[in-house]
Amino acid sequence: MNQEMITIYIMGKPYEVPKGLTIMKAMEYTGYQFIRGCGCRGGFCGACGTVYRTPGDYRIKVGLACQTVVESEMYLTQIPFYPANKARYNIEKLKPSLNILIRHYPELSRCLSCKTCDKVCPQNLRVMDTMAAAMRGDIAKAADLSFDCIMCGLCASRCPAEIVQYNVSLLTRRLYGRYIAPPSIHLARRLEEVKEGKYDAELEELMNKDLDGLKSLYATRDIEP
Amino acid sequence: MSYTPEMLESMKLVENTRKDRMKERFPSLSMDERQNLLKSFHPDFREDTLRLLKVGPSKGMKVPHEVADILEAKSRIKPGDVNLDTPDYEVDVLIIGGGGAGAAAALTAQESGASVLLVTKLRMGDANTMMAQGGIQAATKDNDSPSSHYLDVMGGGGFSNKTELARTLVIEAPSIITWLETLGCMFDKDSEGNLMTIHGGGTSRKRMHFARDYTGAEIMRTLRDEVINRGINVVEFAAAVELIMDNNGQCSGAVLFNLERNTYEVVKAKTTILTTGGFGRLHVGGFPTSNHYGATADGLVLAYRAGAKLIFLEATQFHPTGAAYPEQIVGLLVTEKVRGVGAQLVNSLGEQFIYALETRDVVSSAVIRECYDRNKGITTLSGIKGVWLDSPIIDMIKGPGTVINELPAMYRMYERFGIDMSKDPILIYPTLHYQNGGVEINSWGETVIPNLFAAGEVSGGVHGRNRLMGNSLLDVLVFGKRAGKKAAEKMKDVTLGKPNLEHVVAFEEELKKEGLLSEKVSPMLLPNYSASIRQGGGQE
Repeated sequence: MNQEMITIYIMGKPYEVPKGLTIMKAMEYTGYQFIRGCGCRGGFCGACGTVYRTPGDYRIKVGLACQTVVESEMYLTQIPFYPANKARYNIEKLKPSLNILIRHYPELSRCLSCKTCDKVCPQNLRVMDTMAAAMRGDIAKAADLSFDCIMCGLCASRCPAEIVQYNVSLLTRRLYGRYIAPPSIHLARRLEEVKEGKYDAELEELMNKDLDGLKSLYATRDIEP
Repeated sequence: MSYTPEMLESMKLVENTRKDRMKERFPSLSMDERQNLLKSFHPDFREDTLRLLKVGPSKGMKVPHEVADILEAKSRIKPGDVNLDTPDYEVDVLIIGGGGAGAAAALTAQESGASVLLVTKLRMGDANTMMAQGGIQAATKDNDSPSSHYLDVMGGGGFSNKTELARTLVIEAPSIITWLETLGCMFDKDSEGNLMTIHGGGTSRKRMHFARDYTGAEIMRTLRDEVINRGINVVEFAAAVELIMDNNGQCSGAVLFNLERNTYEVVKAKTTILTTGGFGRLHVGGFPTSNHYGATADGLVLAYRAGAKLIFLEATQFHPTGAAYPEQIVGLLVTEKVRGVGAQLVNSLGEQFIYALETRDVVSSAVIRECYDRNKGITTLSGIKGVWLDSPIIDMIKGPGTVINELPAMYRMYERFGIDMSKDPILIYPTLHYQNGGVEINSWGETVIPNLFAAGEVSGGVHGRNRLMGNSLLDVLVFGKRAGKKAAEKMKDVTLGKPNLEHVVAFEEELKKEGLLSEKVSPMLLPNYSASIRQGGGQE
């Protein structure tokens, strides 16, 4: 193999790995078989939050191990789990109000607007603005801003006010979806039709069609442009 | 990361034809043309990828080598390793697998009054459901009907689907959307509440509902939250390694392996639901995969040893648009929604070669043909070939900002590697995406083994030989809920006898008789990539 090798430090221990690998693949290259800290491997599940430093820089950087390419002399560790506060609630008994957010996550009001959460979000979300919207009771805004959150937990791990931004955001999205989003009339109508058995006969007929009959129906069905 | 000079040259040709292609609708193939394309280029039809199973209830069935390898391996445990008479957990309903199907089953079983234990190999929510971003099908619009949906499902599956399962899928679809909305899932809708819908490959109506391009993630994080809120007992990092049977031939629970303590634990359950997902991480045919780390087909192995029948396992779904470049993301999914909102498939000369929304098997075959038969693919630095997915055309058709607003996850994935997909096309090649077949079930998720249910990707028959986009999220929820309901009902009449692992011993005997007994054990539980990366394979 003719690859350029670089040194990285996994939890303080040096390893030689090929340049260009993601942190996840580099760790596997050194012989790690992940149990924790590895999930979808595609940037969606939040299992592989990683913090690291590079030489000559005091700052802690963050990324998802599956999406971040290794750098020479990088010091890294994964944060596969964070003991974050998660409120338990019955969504059916809630109202989409500031009151509800504060009742379940009172620490929300401790936000210092320091933007540390913004700096560590691997999705580059406006986390602080999301919390600000939540504190105003603007649930729609908070739900919208946080929509692409993958709940990796890095924000909560760095928050000096000990807010669990991703769980607050999840609550705002569920409140929005359940109570604020306008109901879908066509969906309700279809549900009614299904209940009344409107489609039972035609489905029965399709199920009993012979193969050629079904194939010709399929081939000649009209397609919505 | 940037494109190579060869790629840039080809990209110019793509740009040159873009304006004309905007008006061009590449003709759909006829039924015969589709069949010919599949027979010539789809990996399912390559004889060297499949072999006959020599043992077990589906002996004589053709399956991919990688699947046969794990089905024809011996157990991780011997009967003496665990004491089945002193279970660590005793419940009404045991659910194995923490994805969409498992969560739906758990919520429904608990609502029906059962005590529920959900065990999962990784974390709750670690599943392909979390990654299925394109959308979920349901005939909710006035110009659509469950019957139209049914016809699409059957045609997509090559008319091989089990009709009762297909019917159940489509008739329950609208109620699933309602259920998700009630739980607070945020589907995209207009200001009047009309749900936004688009086409997927092989759909005759725009019935793909979506939550930006985080549909599966939005569903999974909502269901996971609900499972936690309702206090359902979830045990993570506990992989099921065998089912337990009783002396009356009923399934009576499972043996778990605690991945962190390396110990075995025993669950006694009146009914058991397998929701373990599919086989993507077996890398069938040597293909990269879009699948979750945990997709190692554990449930297939468990059910097969216990006597369950398998169907359609010879049919593997390759998603036509896996990333082929840059190297770091090879195999990751470029959601079908990119084509749903207008992107076209274009070869190295800037020509369309297939209608982008044919069914997945057909599009995959066409891409393979373009690269390896017609030699109009683009070769990457690592020697992988691919074709262009012309994403910039989306903003031209639908207006500036569409890519960023409607495909934020995809945009972000490429942006991380310095590629702006709203301005430059991206390179794609088919990636192993879905296990079309699996454990045979009826419309309540029941297998032939008494008290054993299966739902989601581990099961087979709903989609026949080829699943359509957006029917998998639907499948896991429809059949997860039904299995949960039925398992909770059924447990009331279950009396369990003496637990045993005799089926495991008998299976090993069968392997020995066929001369197949080796040191190889299954289920695999976790893929091991250290070796393949060292050899430069990467396997993704």
